[in-house]
Amino acid sequence: MAVLDQVTNANVAEPLPKLCRKLWKGKVAATLDDDGRICRLTCRADYLVQVCQWLMRDLGFAFATLVVEELASAGLSLVYVFYRDAPSPWAYLELQLDAGMTQVPSISGLVHGPSADWHEREAEDLFGLTFEGHPRLGEFVLHEDWPEGVNPMRRSFDARRRKGRELDITWEPPTVVVAPGAFAMPIGPVFSDFAESAHFLLETVGEDVIRTIPRFFYKYRGVEKIAEGKPVDRVLLLAERFSGTAAFAHGLAFCQAIEAIYGIDVPPRALALRTAFAELERLRHHAAVITGICNSTALAVATAQAALIEETLLRLSCDVSRHRYLFGLVIPGGVSRDINNEDWEHLVTAIGALAERLRDLHQMLRYSSSFLDRLEEVGIVSTEQAITYGLVGPVARASGVARDMRKLFPYANYADIDFAVPVEQEGDGYARLRVLFHETEQSASIIRRALLSLPEGPVDAPHASRHAGVALAVVEAPLGAAFHWLRVNEDGTVARYRITPPSFTNWHGFHLAAENFAFQDFPIILASFGLSNAECDR
Amino acid sequence: MADWVLKGLRTGIKSTAYPQLPEKASGVSPGRPIGTSLGSAKRAETLAELCPTGAIIRDGRNVTVDFGRCVHCYRCHPDEGDEAVSWDLSYEWAADRDQLAAAKRKLDRAFGRSLYLRFVDAGACGACVSEARQLNNPYYNMHRLGFFTTPTPRNADVLLVAGPVSDAMRIPLRQTYEAMPTPKRVVAIGACALFGGVFGPSFVASGGAAEIIPVDVEVPGCPPPPLAILHALLVVVERKPPTPLASLPSAQSREMA
Repeated sequence: MAVLDQVTNANVAEPLPKLCRKLWKGKVAATLDDDGRICRLTCRADYLVQVCQWLMRDLGFAFATLVVEELASAGLSLVYVFYRDAPSPWAYLELQLDAGMTQVPSISGLVHGPSADWHEREAEDLFGLTFEGHPRLGEFVLHEDWPEGVNPMRRSFDARRRKGRELDITWEPPTVVVAPGAFAMPIGPVFSDFAESAHFLLETVGEDVIRTIPRFFYKYRGVEKIAEGKPVDRVLLLAERFSGTAAFAHGLAFCQAIEAIYGIDVPPRALALRTAFAELERLRHHAAVITGICNSTALAVATAQAALIEETLLRLSCDVSRHRYLFGLVIPGGVSRDINNEDWEHLVTAIGALAERLRDLHQMLRYSSSFLDRLEEVGIVSTEQAITYGLVGPVARASGVARDMRKLFPYANYADIDFAVPVEQEGDGYARLRVLFHETEQSASIIRRALLSLPEGPVDAPHASRHAGVALAVVEAPLGAAFHWLRVNEDGTVARYRITPPSFTNWHGFHLAAENFAFQDFPIILASFGLSNAECDR
Repeated sequence: MADWVLKGLRTGIKSTAYPQLPEKASGVSPGRPIGTSLGSAKRAETLAELCPTGAIIRDGRNVTVDFGRCVHCYRCHPDEGDEAVSWDLSYEWAADRDQLAAAKRKLDRAFGRSLYLRFVDAGACGACVSEARQLNNPYYNMHRLGFFTTPTPRNADVLLVAGPVSDAMRIPLRQTYEAMPTPKRVVAIGACALFGGVFGPSFVASGGAAEIIPVDVEVPGCPPPPLAILHALLVVVERKPPTPLASLPSAQSREMA
């Protein structure tokens, strides 16, 4: 522990490799990539926990993702990816296991460690790794009917093999509340309205719910596995379609990873159009979440108003891109379709009018006390919890964490556009609603700015080169940071595709908001998070 | 509260005239590829090769389209005029899975204006769920046609399924179907529910809903727009005829080719 005490007072402004050499001499090797964007740290498994603690607690790094890869010869290799909420290189902590070795120390118990909790559980299920010290492993992505010891992400597992699992094993949920009259109330996976599949077990003693145990991955389609061995143009279809309500954002992240590997320069007009379309998607997505929140409080006219705005945005998307959810639009090297003058004018005018209608709706909701009563002080996530769980997107920003990938790692042409990142402090349902409304205003303004300064020129770049490579791309999807790790083979097929979507990150923190509340608030808490199970489950 | 009433009144009626009249607004449907006669057999072959799901089938200088397999990737270049697959902006896409079976399995007239729906998301990407949800918005307002969702499968007449059917949803899907009283109908929504889409069949997903439960009506599209889903419900109660999934080039354009 002597080492840890020493580093607590370390100067965090010092470059990471230098700091590393000073504090972890002979234990951790650190190198900075040529362009200074990534700091690679390598260490033995014995020091993993201490180094992660140092990065997260002392240097303020946030955990992004854990990428497990099974490369040709050796054993499994692990990359723990960290980023900072300030201009700073990424930190990749790399750990190479010997062949046959599956024991890794868990970092979930550390300060800010919970953000790695679900990543470790997922790697345990899919790769058969054992994270020593993790309090709860097993039965996560793969439910109980999956045979023990079969790990689908391992090379030896054939993705085409139908398992034909038919066993109906009764699930014994892990309840903990012991009180007179306590019982567990199951909700899902099938709901009464048009909702995505997920299961929530509410532990209750009557009216008050003590805690919520969510269970996901009913929609696990093994996207990361079925992508392997496929050419990149086929995998793009998966990247767009695993989460249809954020198709453009995820498609964009995938294309950015390919562009980084092949060194493709995207023309300026395509970059500006990507910004405009990404914000159009965010606008539509947030309008849908706002509709959901109004609906959860049974405010009928507001629900109808928000739904009208959402449908108008869907039609607008279809008019300018051919598709209501912007499918097939983003391609490696640019976008598949330019917009003409007519589309341009339509978009600029329509966005202005829609922003006005959203402002109007927000104004009316602010003065509806019965509505605010249902949202205020409901489903609170504190700033400390948001940081500990590494939350992202509007949920984090409503809890005082101004985390936005468009600012931290600008892509498309966000660096050229001036916009604000709305932040609220309370972390309750109303704070989340306000963040959503403020973000729609920003999105509308970004679209107008991107279109008003739209450069002339081509909208895609020709590319022919094909070589092996690896890249991590990040975008701010409508629900928050999405990390796409892509490794391609020499023949242009995908070797490893690891997606860390914002819903995966934020569902992990959902139980924090769904504790000690009145039963009728559950739909409201759920709606105010506005998360997607398709995106989480992949 | 008076403000909301006023707001609602001021907004007026937004509902579509469909099914009495066709919906003319732009952006209600992404459209669909249709059978086309092309200039050369080579071009027809290229277009068939561009299609990642085999929805476009070459037949000499023509291509025919199996719309059930289309995932709306736009790689057949619908913008490029003569050299590309023709595209129409229809939305009445719902098809009977088996016409003979459909004739035998009619729903009683009593269901015509009072149909209760149960929706099961069996691994859909969220877009199909979102489009189905739009049926409740004032533009489509399915309630005016007598279609309602129900909180229990015991009251449901029609089961809507989206997604390729992930393994974890197989049992919930089958149990929902079995809990419904007869007569009952199943509508599969979207490319995934029809044939697995880009996801299935795989080690964790089936190749469509028909592998698990009997499907009566299929709605192609990725995702099908709300009007296509509405069309499917109208097909179920026989207020609209179904549309076949396969599309051949029109006889006139065939002659020209």
